[in-house]
Amino acid sequence: MTKRAPDVSASPPRRRSKYTLAPLVLIAANVVLFALFFLWPAVIGLVYSFTNYTGVGAFQFVGLDNYQHLFGDSTFFDALTRTLLYTVLFVPLNFVFSLLIANVLVSKHAKGVSVARVFFFIPWLLSPIVVGVLWRWLFGENFGLVNYLIEKLGGSAVPWQSNADLSLIVVVVAASWAWTGFSMLLFIAAIKNVPVSYYEAASLDGAGPWRQFISITLPSIAPTSFIVILLNTIHAMKEYPLFASLNNGGPGTSNNLLVQYIYQTGFKSGQIGYASAASFVLMLILMAVAIIQLVVNRRVENR
Amino acid sequence: MTTTDMPRKVDAGPGRAVRKKRPSGAASGGLRRAVPATTLLWVLAALYGLPVLWFVLSSFKPAGDLFSLPLTLLPHDPTLSGYKAAWDSANFSEYFINTTIVCVIATILTVGVSCCTGYALAKYDNKWLKVFFVGILATTMLPGEVMLAPQFLVVRDLGLYNSLAGIIVPAVLTATGCFMFRQFFLTVPDELIEAARIDGARELSIFLRIMVPISRPIMLTLAILSFQWRWNDYIWPLLMLNDPEKFTVQIGIQSLVGAQNINWSVVLGGSVISMIPLIVVFLVFQRYVMNADINAGLKD
Repeated sequence: MTKRAPDVSASPPRRRSKYTLAPLVLIAANVVLFALFFLWPAVIGLVYSFTNYTGVGAFQFVGLDNYQHLFGDSTFFDALTRTLLYTVLFVPLNFVFSLLIANVLVSKHAKGVSVARVFFFIPWLLSPIVVGVLWRWLFGENFGLVNYLIEKLGGSAVPWQSNADLSLIVVVVAASWAWTGFSMLLFIAAIKNVPVSYYEAASLDGAGPWRQFISITLPSIAPTSFIVILLNTIHAMKEYPLFASLNNGGPGTSNNLLVQYIYQTGFKSGQIGYASAASFVLMLILMAVAIIQLVVNRRVENR
Repeated sequence: MTTTDMPRKVDAGPGRAVRKKRPSGAASGGLRRAVPATTLLWVLAALYGLPVLWFVLSSFKPAGDLFSLPLTLLPHDPTLSGYKAAWDSANFSEYFINTTIVCVIATILTVGVSCCTGYALAKYDNKWLKVFFVGILATTMLPGEVMLAPQFLVVRDLGLYNSLAGIIVPAVLTATGCFMFRQFFLTVPDELIEAARIDGARELSIFLRIMVPISRPIMLTLAILSFQWRWNDYIWPLLMLNDPEKFTVQIGIQSLVGAQNINWSVVLGGSVISMIPLIVVFLVFQRYVMNADINAGLKD
């Protein structure tokens, strides 16, 4: 940062003080918003996680009770493991498809790229709710197009809605489908940045397209791949609306993820303190992800 | 220290100098290569397009035909009855107006505030700005979903519960927006500001009269993104709004699809209506989104 604005940071204090008012005026609105909607909630969230607050009236400090309860709460663990399972399935699937599509889109042999690109991008525009509705319509057990085609081809109807694991898989596919446009854009930017001379040299040496992809493209876009994986991990860890509209966390409560669990304990049963504790577990996971990001970023930068 | 270092990567962005270069530089190829590549491209495009196509075409079927076997791709007698039912019966017109109000106001505020903040972070240097920069970074690590309950209590205590302002105001601060502007203003040479200062311009008028106009492309990009975020928001409006008259489109759709007996005709109509504004905005401003430097993370 300092390197970018050397003239200001290197200037004597007298000169710097001349410009304190203007920047403060410029950031004032955001500072207020930051304090109100980030700092304050973060602090009271932490405090409430040690209390039995229900959203109204008085509350008592209960120490680590909430956290102890949480670790003995099988519903919470189910939600946590389901969230992790969802993340582990979603991230690689999305990664493979968006990388494949990005490669095809930058290939100069493919025709109609600018039109096809829109097809991959539109799902990303749709809200998670609409994506859920759309896939629910496609994978309806009695009425969906997919089961209809399966039956047409001689199979029997697949219980996409009433089997918990199949239901999760539908969500994973739907999420990967919807989120491809985003990852794809990042990959396209990265692939276009790979110097073309690498490929020229490789093809002179007789390397085929697959070999070029493995030996040139993949290593060159490694930092972007990493960012895509991280952003998608964070995205997946906090997924909720897609489940809400696709299967409502069902069948039953089998596909309730963490955010839904927090929402239900906090707002449906009014256990704000308890929900805050659950939130902080989610926060710790996201923090861990963010720290990995920082460490790797630094390593990439120093390379 | 670690935190202040991270965004530099973002600033540097993908090296712009080599941006235009493309792989698969081998000049050979011709038809033999074009056929498999094009086939693969369009098979994938069909795979991605089909769900939306099926959905949109279904929405034109009359309610009675939706489940009649055999299923057909094209509606036999296309009708807008589903749309009409959604628009009239399910209060959709009201939801639509509410969502539009939220999107427009939130977007204007987000762009304005982010522009100011991004400029300050890029072109000034003092310790408060550094502290605030770290603060904004922190918001990317703690997304709203993590603080649902406390954020709700704060907004309630501010008296914004069950009002559209309760959705708009907390959404105005976005790290992505601030970083996009910061990144842009870092590329603007400092000499421009110095020259204006020598000419006697005051700091804020340099910002308003020189910097704001040149940042128009970033404004557009952020405006499109912000519009999309707010249009697609679900969980926060769901918490904030109690009064069905103030519901947004997403809540409306979810309440239709969460019902015991789903009226698919209305759901399909309503969902397709809700898709239209974003797709129109996207198609008109496509290049601003496609070329955006989205390394800062479009993750709000």
